[in-house]
Amino acid sequence: MNLKGKDIISIRDLTKKDIEYILKTAEKMEKSSDRPLKGKILSCMFFEPSTRTRLSFSTAMERMGGDVIGFASKETTSVAKGESLKDTIKTVENYCDVIVIRHPKEGASRLAADVSKIPVINAGDGSNQHPTQTLLDLYTIKKEKNRLDINIALIGDLKYGRTVHSLVYALAMWDAKITLVSPEGLEMPREVLGDLNRFNAKINETDDIETAISNSDVLYVTRIQEERFPDPGEYEKIKGAYRITLDTLKHAKKDLIILHPLPRVDEIAQEVDDSPYARYFEQVNNGVPVRMAVLGLVLGGVR
Amino acid sequence: MKDIRVKRIKNGTVIDHITGGQAFNVLKIMGLRKEYPRTTLTVAMNVPSKKLGFKDIVKVEGKEIKKEEVDKIALIAPDTTINIIREHEVIKKEKVNIPARLEGVLRCANPNCITRFEDATSKFIVEEKCPIKLRCSYCERVMSDKDIVRQF
Ligand SMILES: [Zn+2]
Repeated sequence: MNLKGKDIISIRDLTKKDIEYILKTAEKMEKSSDRPLKGKILSCMFFEPSTRTRLSFSTAMERMGGDVIGFASKETTSVAKGESLKDTIKTVENYCDVIVIRHPKEGASRLAADVSKIPVINAGDGSNQHPTQTLLDLYTIKKEKNRLDINIALIGDLKYGRTVHSLVYALAMWDAKITLVSPEGLEMPREVLGDLNRFNAKINETDDIETAISNSDVLYVTRIQEERFPDPGEYEKIKGAYRITLDTLKHAKKDLIILHPLPRVDEIAQEVDDSPYARYFEQVNNGVPVRMAVLGLVLGGVR
Repeated sequence: MKDIRVKRIKNGTVIDHITGGQAFNVLKIMGLRKEYPRTTLTVAMNVPSKKLGFKDIVKVEGKEIKKEEVDKIALIAPDTTINIIREHEVIKKEKVNIPARLEGVLRCANPNCITRFEDATSKFIVEEKCPIKLRCSYCERVMSDKDIVRQF
C-alpha cells in the first residue's frame, strides 16, 4: 500500500484497504516519538475558520517534526482581494510540501487537488466531505471495539450532517448494522441511502430511541441546530425528545460507547460525561494520531 | 411510412426514437425555440412504437445536429437515433450514447458548488443511465433528469 503523493479529498476515493492501512498507521503513531517529517512544511489554508481542525492538523505535523505555515481565515489572504482559488494554490504550493484546505464551497478541495502538484488534504469543503473526521471516527470505533462491523445507532440531524453521511458510507463497507433515528424533516437523504446499495450494510430507520440504543454497540449523536426549525417551540420539543440522558441509556448494553463530533450544545446531558459510555473527548484526541498517519503517508515519511 | 417521412427532408436531421414526451426538450437542446425560431420543423409526439411503447420524432430542415447536442439528448432520451440527411439521402445514422463521464456539457445544479464560482470545467460521472444519475466530480452531489432538463 502506498499513499505517497496522494490527495485525501473524499472517503469515497478510499478503498477498504486504504482505510485499514491508515487506521493501522495511526495506531503506530500513538506510540511513536519519531520525527519522520523533519524539514517538511504543511500549509494550512483555512478559507473558513475551524480552530479545532486546524490545531489538530498543526499538532500532528509538529509532533512528527514538521513545520506549519498558512492562514486561519480568508480575510488575512489575497483571496480577500479577489484572487482565485487556483491562483492561491499555485502560489502556496511553492512554499510547502503538503496542503490542508478548508473551504466553504463544496468541491473546492477537489479543485485545489486538480491544480496542485503537491498532496492536498481536505479538511472540510462546505457540506460535502471531511475525510479525516470520518477516519478518526472509524479509528475511535476500531480502538474501542476492535472491529468495524458493529451495531451503530446514529441520532440527531442526519440530513445536514456531512459527518454522518461519510461515516455511514464508510461503515457500510464493513457491513455494519446501522440504525438511523432523526426528527421528521431531518432524515438521512434518500440520495445518501441509495448510495449504500453497493454494499451489504443493513440499514433501518426508526423513531424508537430506547430500542435503537439497547441494540447498539456504538451511539453516534449529532447536534440538532435551531436554525433548521422555523418554529422555536418545535425546536424545543424536538431537542428534548432527542436528548441523551442517563435515563435514556438505562437499557443500553454495558459496553456501549457514545460518540459525538463536537461541539455539543446540550444533546448529551453533562451527567453522561462521567458515565462509562462517554468517549467523545477521547474521540477528539484521536484526531491527532489519525492526522499524523495521513500526513506521514501522503508525504512518504511513514509507510 | 417511416422511409417516406425521412425522404421528405432535403437537408437536415431526423431525430427518431425519442422517449415519448421529450420532443420539446430536444427542440430546446437544439436551440430551435429561441436561437433558430424560423427553422422548418416536423414534430410527432406519442407515436406508437414496438420498442418504446410511445416515441417522439423531430425532423429539422436545414440544420445538422451538433455533437454536443447529441450528447445532451442522450441524457434525457437514451434510445434516440440520429439521421443526418443531405440531398434526400441519409448520409449518417447513429444511436445516441451516454458516455461514462461528461465534461463541460452541463452545469452543476448545486448553487454552492465551487464550479459555480471558479473558472473550472464541470465534470460528472454517470452513475446510472436509466433514469439518469450524474455525480459532480467536485461537490459530489447527484443530478437527476429534472435538474438536467432545467438547463436546456
Ligand atoms: Zn458540483
